Amino acid sequence: MTSAAPVIAIDDLSTRLGGVWIHRHLNLEIAAGEMVALVGGSGSGKTTLLRQMIGLLTPTQGTIRLFGEPLFGGGVARERALRQRFGVLFQQGALFSALNVFDNIAFPLRELRCFDATTIRDLVMLKLEMVELLPQHALLLPAELSGGMVKRVALARSLALEPELLLLDEPTAGLDPDRSAGFVRLIRRLGDELGLTVLLVTHDVATLAALTTKVAVLAEQHILAYGMLDTVRQFDHPFVRKFFYPLS
Amino acid sequence: MLHAHYSETRGASGQIELLLTGRWTLRALAERGAADAAWQDRLRELGRRDAVNWNCLDIEALDSVGALLLWRCWGRKLPELLLMRPEHLHIFERIAAADGEPAAVVLPRSPFEGLIVLGAGVLAVIRQLRDFVALLGLLALDLLHLLRHPIDLPGREISANIYKSGVRAMPVTALVGLLIGIALSYLSSLQLRQFGADMFIVNLLGLSIIRELGPVLVAVLVAGRSGSAMTAQLGVMRVTEEIDALATMGVSSSLRLVLPKVVALAVVTPLLVLWATALALLGGMLAAELQLGIGIGYFLETLPKAVPVVNLWIGLVKGVVFGLAIALIACHFGLRVKPNTESLSANTTAAVVTAITVVIFIDAVFAVALRGVGVPKL
Ligand SMILES: Nc1ncnc2c1ncn2[C@@H]1O[C@H](COP(=O)(O)OP(=O)(O)O)[C@@H](O)[C@H]1O
Ligand SMILES: [Mg+2]
Repeated sequence: MTSAAPVIAIDDLSTRLGGVWIHRHLNLEIAAGEMVALVGGSGSGKTTLLRQMIGLLTPTQGTIRLFGEPLFGGGVARERALRQRFGVLFQQGALFSALNVFDNIAFPLRELRCFDATTIRDLVMLKLEMVELLPQHALLLPAELSGGMVKRVALARSLALEPELLLLDEPTAGLDPDRSAGFVRLIRRLGDELGLTVLLVTHDVATLAALTTKVAVLAEQHILAYGMLDTVRQFDHPFVRKFFYPLS
Repeated sequence: MLHAHYSETRGASGQIELLLTGRWTLRALAERGAADAAWQDRLRELGRRDAVNWNCLDIEALDSVGALLLWRCWGRKLPELLLMRPEHLHIFERIAAADGEPAAVVLPRSPFEGLIVLGAGVLAVIRQLRDFVALLGLLALDLLHLLRHPIDLPGREISANIYKSGVRAMPVTALVGLLIGIALSYLSSLQLRQFGADMFIVNLLGLSIIRELGPVLVAVLVAGRSGSAMTAQLGVMRVTEEIDALATMGVSSSLRLVLPKVVALAVVTPLLVLWATALALLGGMLAAELQLGIGIGYFLETLPKAVPVVNLWIGLVKGVVFGLAIALIACHFGLRVKPNTESLSANTTAAVVTAITVVIFIDAVFAVALRGVGVPKL
């Protein structure tokens, strides 16, 4: 299990959408246990890259391997088993609006069809506790939640299947600085506790400093710089300078 | 990959030494599956005993599913004799923290259940009617406002709606009209020929299509096609808070969203009625020509004499009323959508079903009220 294969390996990936190259010859490797932030300008293709990693989009060229395995092929069962090894937090939360908080978190567990109702209830309550929500929040509908709570419920749902890899798209977008810091701390704590590999897309420097072990800069259609925050900060490129030192 | 596993050894003092190994994780346990009930039963039985030494130091991986399994075997507390790594123990601290009575979901049953359900239903209907009247009132206010400020007339929206629900509906209404005309003509001509009453095909087709079938057919198509689209559009705008955004910009949602739809359908439905009626008559004529040998020339010449022109007016007025009803009902349900997908689908369904029912109800009222008008006496 603890093989040497990187959790995410992107090899020479190119993407063409709407007649425009979004990525060209992009390479990225993330090892187990790392917390990597993917930063880049708006429209630089961060969400697109994330969607390719989780198999919602196929790259035009190049390959993506998760846990050393290709995303596609090998039958439905293998693909599903692979998908259960990662959790995704979508930019807008993507909670099922017709289901309450409890059923949203219980949904992936019920899909497994191997737990009884009591186990599912205990697991959901545990997940709620993990993301610092109260048991009485379980009966609320997504429309009745605040922005920060939506993110927490979505995080709980993405953790429901005990993933090894967590992918987050702009987890702090739309939250005030205070909530955003709290949510980042939560991700950091859960990541450490559960031994997760985390990849998050962000444009918030504060999040970066608090959360990540490594930073990958996506600009000019490929990964411009990848390394520890302090190293990347020194990288001499107009985008990097503007990103980290916007006022200078 | 090693699955969750345990082995029992009996110690010197008669104690059971239990060694847990492998992966106690969701995936490993799910693969073990429910098939392995005996395995879990034995674990549960051991959990109930006191003199068991749980050695969990060799567990390779433990997640909350595995921990929860053990927790429940132990009767929701840690056993007295337990060896465990601190990072695993931490999971149990979390479980203990989350372990409380879950929020009650079950409502107490009342002896007056049936009465309560009935009452709730009646109240819901009353609320619906009240909201509908409120919508009509809003539209009336909008019209007054428009009289005083004609510049606010949402012309672009009206025109867009006329195009969407009128022009784009022409192919389908034409096809359906033509086919119904053909079918009706074929079936009636078979009967009429038996009585030697061939010539009455003109009266029969003319009256039924112009007065009855044309308007109702078009209304059903418009309700299914444009009514559902209107409900869904308003519903999604509610879900995405676009209607609230409009309100904050000082734009009246009834004026900008509802009124154009109502006006458009009131204009477009009678026109579609005319169009579908014409094509149904064309279909009927062709079929009569083929089946009975009644020439198109004869058909067209006899039609005005057999069917008084007032029937056409009745058909067109019905079209206007049906269009108004469909648009109002569609908007009413669209504005009731709550911000979730379930409510969106329920309201869209309700809008179409209600619209068609109301259309047929209105049609029956017309039939009774106008029973002496436009029917030629022989
Ligand atoms: N389905 C699509 N068709 C065409 N262009 C797309 C599509 N999806 C995204 N794009 C374009 O790809 C670029 C990258 O988008 P995205 O990955 O969402 O950026 P980011 O998340 O970094 O802000 C944008 O310029 C966007 O317009
Ligand atoms: Mg994005």
